[in-house]
This record gives sequence, C-alpha cells and structure tokens, in this order.
Amino acid sequence: MPENPLPPANPADPANPANPVDPVDPVSAPDRSAVRVLLRLWPYVRPVRGRLFTAAFVAIVASCLSLVIPLVLKWLVDGPVADRDPGGVWLGALYLLLLGIAEAVLFGFRRWLVARPLAGVEARMRSDLYGRLQRLPIAFHDRWASGQLLSRGTTDLMLVRMFLAFPLTFLLVNGVTILAGYVLLLSQDWSLGLVLLTPVLPLVVVCSLFEGRYGRVARRAQDQVGDLTTVVEESVLGIRIVKGFGRHRSQARAFRELSERLHGTELLKARLLAMIWAVITVVPELAIGAALVLGTVQVADGDLSAGTLVAFLSTALALRWPVESIGFLLAMSQEAATATERYFEVMDAEEEPDTAAPEAPRSGGPDGVRFENVVFRYPDAPEDAPPVLDGLDLHIRPGETLALVGGTGSGKTTLTALVPRLHETTGGRILLDGEDIALMDRRRLRSLVSTAFEEPTLFSASVGENVLMGADGTAGEPELRRALAVAQADGFVDRLPEGAATRVGEQGLSLSGGQRQRLALARAVVGRPRFLVLDDPLSALDVHTEARVEAALREVLRGTTALVVAHRPSTVMLADRVALLSGGRIAAVGTHQELLRSSEEYAWLMSGEKERR
Amino acid sequence: MTDTTLTKPPAPAPDEPDPFDRDDLPAPPGATGALLRSLLSAHRARVAVAALVLLVKEAAVQAGPLLVAYAIDRGVPAFRAGDHGPVVAVALGYLLCAVLSGLLQYVFVRGAARVNQDVLLDLRGRIFRHAQVLSVDFHERYTSGRLISRSTTDVESLRELLSEGLQELIGVVLSFLSITLVLLWLDLGIGAVATASFVPLCLLVQLYRRRAGRVYGERSTAIAGVIVKFAETMNGIRPVRAFRREKANDAEFDALNRRHERSNGDALLEMARYVVGSRLVANTAVAGMCLWGAYRVAEGSLELGVLAAAVLYMRRLYDPIDRLGMFLNSYESAAASLTKIAGLLAQEPGVPETTTPRELPHREGAPGREVVFDEVRFAYRTGGEVLPTFDLRIPAGQTVAVVGATGAGKSTLAKLLARFYDPTEGRVLLDGVDLRDLTTPDLRRGIVMVTQEAFLFSGTVAENIAIGRPDATREQIEEAARAIGAHDFIRNLPDGYDTDVRKRGGRISAGQRQLVAFARALLADPAVLILDEATSSLDVPGERAVQQAMDTVLKGRTAVVVAHRLSTVEVADRVLVMESGRIVEDGPPSALVTGDGHYAGLHRAWRDSLVG
Repeated sequence: MPENPLPPANPADPANPANPVDPVDPVSAPDRSAVRVLLRLWPYVRPVRGRLFTAAFVAIVASCLSLVIPLVLKWLVDGPVADRDPGGVWLGALYLLLLGIAEAVLFGFRRWLVARPLAGVEARMRSDLYGRLQRLPIAFHDRWASGQLLSRGTTDLMLVRMFLAFPLTFLLVNGVTILAGYVLLLSQDWSLGLVLLTPVLPLVVVCSLFEGRYGRVARRAQDQVGDLTTVVEESVLGIRIVKGFGRHRSQARAFRELSERLHGTELLKARLLAMIWAVITVVPELAIGAALVLGTVQVADGDLSAGTLVAFLSTALALRWPVESIGFLLAMSQEAATATERYFEVMDAEEEPDTAAPEAPRSGGPDGVRFENVVFRYPDAPEDAPPVLDGLDLHIRPGETLALVGGTGSGKTTLTALVPRLHETTGGRILLDGEDIALMDRRRLRSLVSTAFEEPTLFSASVGENVLMGADGTAGEPELRRALAVAQADGFVDRLPEGAATRVGEQGLSLSGGQRQRLALARAVVGRPRFLVLDDPLSALDVHTEARVEAALREVLRGTTALVVAHRPSTVMLADRVALLSGGRIAAVGTHQELLRSSEEYAWLMSGEKERR
Repeated sequence: MTDTTLTKPPAPAPDEPDPFDRDDLPAPPGATGALLRSLLSAHRARVAVAALVLLVKEAAVQAGPLLVAYAIDRGVPAFRAGDHGPVVAVALGYLLCAVLSGLLQYVFVRGAARVNQDVLLDLRGRIFRHAQVLSVDFHERYTSGRLISRSTTDVESLRELLSEGLQELIGVVLSFLSITLVLLWLDLGIGAVATASFVPLCLLVQLYRRRAGRVYGERSTAIAGVIVKFAETMNGIRPVRAFRREKANDAEFDALNRRHERSNGDALLEMARYVVGSRLVANTAVAGMCLWGAYRVAEGSLELGVLAAAVLYMRRLYDPIDRLGMFLNSYESAAASLTKIAGLLAQEPGVPETTTPRELPHREGAPGREVVFDEVRFAYRTGGEVLPTFDLRIPAGQTVAVVGATGAGKSTLAKLLARFYDPTEGRVLLDGVDLRDLTTPDLRRGIVMVTQEAFLFSGTVAENIAIGRPDATREQIEEAARAIGAHDFIRNLPDGYDTDVRKRGGRISAGQRQLVAFARALLADPAVLILDEATSSLDVPGERAVQQAMDTVLKGRTAVVVAHRLSTVEVADRVLVMESGRIVEDGPPSALVTGDGHYAGLHRAWRDSLVG
C-alpha cells in the first residue's frame, strides 16, 4: 500500500513513493513482451489445449458458414426465385435451414467446448496461487499488502480467463480471416490489393507502440485496484479505530483519493484505446477510399470491370470488422499479459526451501532447546541496521519452563518465531534435543513445537476444530476437554449456543480478547507438544482467571520444555528460570528473585520503578 | 473486542438460514434497478450525447457502400466524359466519412469511458462510505472479505456492463428498429413475420435472463466466499504455518474455488444455450421468410426485387442477436452484483447521524465533561438483554475504573458511551446533551475510545498517530508519543516516525502498537477517554507510562477505564464492579479494598500475582 488512506495523506511524503508496494518495479522490467508473458500460461492451458484448439477451429468453420449463408441467399434470389422454380426454392430454403442449424449448433458448440475448461483454468490458477502463498516465507507476507495478493487472485485471473475465452480465439480467427481476405483481394486485382496493403506497416508500428504504452497503464490500473482492495480490507479490520476516533469521513476521503487515482488511470487507458481504435478505423478506410477512387478511374479507363470493382470493394468492406476488432483484442491481451505478469510475480517468489534431514531423525537424548550464537536480521531490513538478535546463546533444559523478559521491541516475539522456523536464523543454530532445526523437515519441526501467538487468531471453524488444529488430527474429545480445562475455557465454551461446535472466527461468533486468548492457549497445549512457545499467553485475562489458568498450566508445563514470553511478574511465576533479552543477546539468566536483585533492567521491567535497589 | 458471548443473538434456527451466511442480505424490491438508475441519472445527458455520436458514426460507416454505388453509377461515366468532379467528390466524401467515423469513434470511446468510470467512482464511494457508517456488529458478521468482494469483483461486473453494454445496446436497438422498419416498408407480410419472430426471441431472452440471473447470483456469492477464505488465511498466516494448516486449507479453499468454478462454467454454458437457441430461431425465420417470399413471387403477389432486397436485410436483421446475448450476459452479471451491493446499501446504520444537531455547552476550566447514563436499557436486536435499566453519573474529570467478569457488560457500557451503539431505551448524556444529538465531529472531540486491538493502518507511524488529530503537526505527534513513552522505540525504527508500518523493518510488536494507539488518543485530546482493556499487551513500564500520562497530559479529563489489570485501576478515583449488567459495587478503590466484596477479592488476587 503506497498511498496512505489516512487523514494526513501527504502526497509529498518521501516515505510514500508513488509506486505500489510490490517489490518488483513493473515498468523497468526489461523489454517485457506480452507474448512471452502470456506464453507462461501454457502449463495451465496445456490440459485443455485439445478443447481450446477445437473451439478455435470450430469458430473458423462457423465464421466461414456465416460467409456462405449470404451466398446461398444470393443464389436463391438469382436462381430459383428468378426462374420461378418451386423445387429449387424448396431446396434453397432447405439448404438455408440446414446451414442455419449448423451455424447455430457450431456457435453453441464452441462455447460449450470452452465453458468448463476455461472456468477450470481460472480455478486452477487461483488454487495454485493460494497454495503458493500459504507456503511462501512469512517475510514475504510482511512485505506484501494482502489487497495486492487478493486482487491477483480475483480480478487479474478473471482477465486471464477472458483473454483465453475471447482475444486468443478471435485474434486467430480474425487474423485468418484478414489473411484470407487479402489473398482474395490480391487475386481479384493485385494492384488495388497492394493499395490496401499499404496501411499494414504503419498500423503494425502504431499497434506495437500502443501495446507498450497500454500495457504500462493497464499495469498501473491493476496495481491501484490492489491498493484499493487493501484500503477496503483495512477499513474493516480497523473499523473500531475509525469509529472510536470518528474518522470515517477522512477515511472515506482517503479512499476517494485513491479511487480517483484509479479513475484517472482508467480514463488514460480509455484515451489510449480510443486513439488506437480511431487509427485502426481511419487508416484502412483511407486505403479503401484510395482503392475506390483508383478503381473508379481504372473502370472508366476500361482497365477493370465494374463487377470486379464491386466484388473487390465488398470483400474489403467485409474485412472491416475483423480489422477494427484488432484494437480492443490487443488491449484485452495486453491487460491479460500484465495480469499474468502480476500473477507470476507471486508464483516466482522463492518458497521456503525444504530441508528434510537426509538421515532419519536423530533420537538424541533429551537436551531441551539450545540457541547457539543466534543472529537474526529481517531479510528486508536495511543493510546498516543492527541485527535484531546478535549472537544470542541460551539453553532451556529439558522439561524446564523458561520465561523470556525484555523491553518493548527487544526481539522477544522475533525469537519465538525462530523456533518453529517462521523465520530462518541469519546465523548460528537452534537445537531441539540436540538436533539442528535448520536440518529438520518443517512439518516435523512444527509438530514438535506448539505456539500460542501474541495475537490469538481464530479461524472460521468451530471452537473444537480451532483447538484441535494444534494436535495433528490425533486428538479427540477427551484431549479437547482437557485443553479447554487447562485454558479455563470450558466454562464459557459450554455456554456458547452450540458448545464446542459453535462456529467462531471471522465468519462466526466473535469472542472477547480474553476468550480468544484462552482458546489459542488451549490450541497450543492440546497436542501435548514436546516444546511449547507461549508469547505473553495470559495478557488479556482477568486476575482470577489468570490465577486459575496458571495453576492448570503448571501441570502441562511440567511435562514439556517451554519458552514463555512474559511481561509481568505473574507470568514469570510460571517459569523455573528467567532470561533477560537485551541488546539482541541474553543479558542474564536466573530465577526471578536473583534477577530482581542482580539486574537493574529486569527490576525496572518487572516493577516499572527506576530507583536503584 | 466485545463481551459478546452472552449477548450475541442465539444462532438462527436451522430452518431459517442466516442471510449473512448465504451472503444474501435482503434489499427492498426494486432496489437494484433504483440503484442503477440513481447511478446513471447524473449522466443522462452524456449518455444521450454518446448515443448520438454513435448514431452519427454508424451513419458515416453506412455511407461507404452508398459512395461505392455512386462512384460506379455516376463517377465512371462522368470520368469517361472528362468530368472529374464526381470522382473527386467520392474521394472527398470517402475521406470525410473515414475521418469522421474515426473521430466519432474516438469521441464515443472516451465519452463512454468517462460515464463508466464516473459511475464506478460513485459506486465505490457509496459502498465504502456506507460500510464505514455501519456498525462494528455488522462488520463482525459481514467480514472484510465480503466487503472486498462487493467493492472489487462486483464493481468489476458493472464495469463490464457499462464499458461494452452501452455500445452494444445502442447498436442492437438501432439495427433491430431500422431493419424491421425497412422490412415492413418493403413488404408488410415479410415485415410482420420478422416482427413475429421476436416473440420466441423474447421468450428465449426471458428464459436466459431468469437462469443467468440465478447463476450469476450464485457466482457472486461464490467468489465472495473465495475472497473471505483467502483474506482470512493471509491475515493469519503465522498460525496457519505454525499449526501446519496448509493442506487442510488447500482442501477448504479448493471446495470454495470449485463452487465458483462451477457457477462460472454454468454462466458460460447458459450463454452457449442462448446462442444456440436464438440462432436457431433466427435462421429458421430466415429460411421460412425466404420460402414464403419465394412462393409469393411465384404467385405474383410479390416483386422479385423486393424479395431480393428483403432477403439481404433479413439476414442482417438477426446480426445483433449475438451482441444482444453479450449485452444480456453482462447485464445479468452486473444485476446480480448490484443486487448484492443494494443489499449492503440497504443496511441501516445502527447509529444514524443526527439531522438536528445540538452543540455541547462551552466549558470553563478543566476539559473533562460529565457523563450520565439515564435509565439506559440495552439489548441486542434479537434479544439478550445486557444492561437492564442502568443509571450512572460520572462527574466531569473523574477517572472511573470498571471491573467485572467477562460478559458482565463492561464493554457494552464502554461502547454505549462511545456511541458504537445507541441504547434501546433511555439516554446517554454528555454534559446534558444526548449523544444522539451530537454530530460525529463533536462527538469525537468529546469522546474517544481506545480498544484492545491496536490495529495499524498502512502508512507511516506518524500517520497512524495522527488519526487522533488529522491536522496535527509533527511536533504534536512526537509530543504525544513522548508522553506515552513510545518516542524511543519509534525513533529507533529504520525511518523513525516515517517508517512504513508494512514495509522494510517496520515490524511493530503488539505492545508497541498499543502504545501507538495511546499516542493517538493523547493527540485526540478528548474530554472523555474510554480505555477498553487497552493495556493488555503492555509491559509494566508501558503501563506506568500510561498511568503517568493519565495523571499529567490527561489530567482533568473524564476517563472510563475497563480493565482486568488492577494496576490501571489503582489510579482511579472510583471503581465500579459490574455483574450481569448491574453495578454491584461502587466507591473509591481505597474503600472497596477492605471488606470482602468482589473488588477486595480481585485486589487480593492481583496483589498475590505481583509477588516480587
């Protein structure tokens, strides 16, 4: 999202460059040829190529039939009707009927042939995009606004489907028609035919110029649609803030600004399209006009028969529509090409490389979690920025619960994200029971480590499904009850309209922050994981509930190795030892009491009081 | 988020599907058409001009064959006679027609695009503005994905209709009319047959519209489902990864995507059916007319020349049926989308803006204002009373802490005061003025609420703070950040206050986001500040900073603090303990701490949790 939708929208703000968030700069991509881009669709088109080619062939045949029908009409009028031959009239009408039926059936057949396959291509591309996005590194998602991703999965793919349905076929059909028309024209009168050939070269030049410009503008429009999508999404996600501060007017104004920008781009697109369309209309007409004048002179000179001239010109006029249509067919193709380009920008992003250990998982003795000289810097952070974690060493003993305490922004949450490899360490190693996590298969790693995030996200599914997600399908009703009990969530869950079967999440009942947090905690513990990572798991609970959850959680923590990010003494109480994270390293490790005595920073973080002890 | 567990309407009975689930909000009858009309009405003149331009352009195009005839009939003999005039005239005429048709084409495309884009701009704005005034409650049920779908894919359907529809519709109407008239003029009989053939065509169109309308409605719902799932996954990508949801999500997405694929294919097939049907009717009619005409020629009741001309026109009569099909196709698609949009626009905002605003009385001295809940009763629309008749007076400048179990009604109290909802009965008064009588700007100068989820919008940190006061200077923004202790971490971000929260290195933790949210509130400088569990992610120093800010920067303001963390409560002048929508304890914390009331219990537990 480049353009800030918020009130103080300041267009001159250097932090908000005019171009979209996409890390790829579309315009500077060297020599992007629409054809080359569109060819990338081939893997998706391949499975339906038979039907697509058949459909194109049928379209050509149907177009030819459409050309034949007028000929039959002429024959009917000139022949049987003029001769008053009733048999011939019947025959002619029958031919006409048969041709008509054939034409109708072929037209329908073409559409029937491509209907399902094209919808299928669109759906497959969308599924692939979704699957891909689920597997791209978290860092990728940090960088891309979700509206940009969404618009790629919706409007862009619709453009691609429309391209396959229409321009692809008709560029071919009309191309063939034009070619055949020219052959016919040249064979009728080659000198007049040559006159009609003169506009071809300038038109090709104009078209290719147009293509480049139109492509750039189309791209801009698509990016702006993505930005608009982001604003709409944020306006809902942040609706409480908008309302709490009464900012819906300024929000609407910002939205308007953005949509006006899109409006401008679309008008520019229309201007380009209008221009090319006008040129493609005028230039061939001029040639036809020239041919008409020359032909008339030739007829007058007796070099040409009037009949030939009429035939020649009617052929030329019949080619008018195929030629004119090239303009918008090219425009649609160009839009499809930029849409394809946008699509593949995401598809080309590197997935997390899979690093399954070559040998069977080592069953080293329990050693807990070891951080060895861990360095981490966000992949997109500026070069000169200091790493978030800078040579961090920490050992969580097997079965131990370690609290992680640190100032705001010290990297606690970042550290927790490294354990299940949501981010990859920049340097150093993390060992689980002696096994380097960088060499473990991610799925196996994530089945060993369970996390309760700072932000308790619930998905649109039942309470039970949301909790059992944490257990790889191995847990059932008893485990669910146990986990809910640990998180002290059984009480409110049972009071929900349908108990644990109540749908929650975005498309369900919305729960309070404390309730969501307890469900997220239940999700983390339901699978009895070997390693547990809890990021400030009790922040939204009231004192009574917190105390009860702590009591129950202690039981769970006894059997697992856990890292708990703590902001308050009450959470620290869960832990056997505490580690203080400061300046990207572990500054101190010890019990709560020890650190209170020995570390000024720790004392400050826990009590909020600066005075020396 | 809210204490909604006990207050949300019970799930609808299974035989009564929820319109939200089906993505099928009811719109009053005729709303779709009315919406389209109201969108277009402002552009009536330009549509007329565009139609006229198209008309003239068609005439210029049709002049071509006439010029050919003229050149051969007149130009050739004249040229032979040495008179170059007619040939020159033809040359000039052709040149004129060519340039004119190109020029008019240009004018039309641009004019139509302007109408089209203006309408879309208008529609997008209407959707967005309306969505913004709808209640939080509504959005919780409607989901961001559906709103995205309404303002992107559904608007896109209308774009398709408008960008090609106008040209097609005008072309179709023109050619049907003109050719039917020509046929009637040539021969009443044949003309009548041609007119009669419109009956089955109309039936076909009716049938197609009915079926396509259904399919497109389904398609619009389906794509909205896809978008909702997509958005949900992207917004929750961390837990998706950590809990290995990828495969399960693939399957769920596939099901939704397939539903869209099916309806998409169905729509294309409906079109194929229409094309076959209409072509069959047209071609049969042509064959029939030829046969009948031929017999009448044989009988002598019809001139051969007339038949010849009629036959040529007949074929052209039906040329536009494909274009009609395409028009109907985009029309039905747009109509289905507009129905959904009309359903959204028909939603009444929960808290309508007043038409007879009252001003807040001017206040000398301390900036706080008095808050009164006057016999307020609140129940969600479908039952579930949350606040049974509730009276409360908060004097100006008082800091009130509200505590109580989940579902006790604390958040509802906060939301009524912030006017996220209006009370079912009774009034909420700010310095004696009913909140319903205040304009939005007045209300927000008076009351600001900071909620638990501290969402950051795309943009810089400074811009996010400035939501509190859009016209704030950088100094004021920094001052607010400093007052809440957020200045240090913001300064250490890669670009300081100009760090884009979604870009390079702009990762901001939940605690930091809450600090930014507080800075926002400080900057807004309201008379009444509501903190709805707004400190949950703060660490102890963060909490201290908030308390300090309330003691200094916000001194004299009225404050309502909904909190479960008693450290925030300690600074309050007064504590309310709520239970089932009632106040069960009310007094200064020092008084409530003793004895064995709820608050005393909470306080003891909290003390225990602070063991240091």
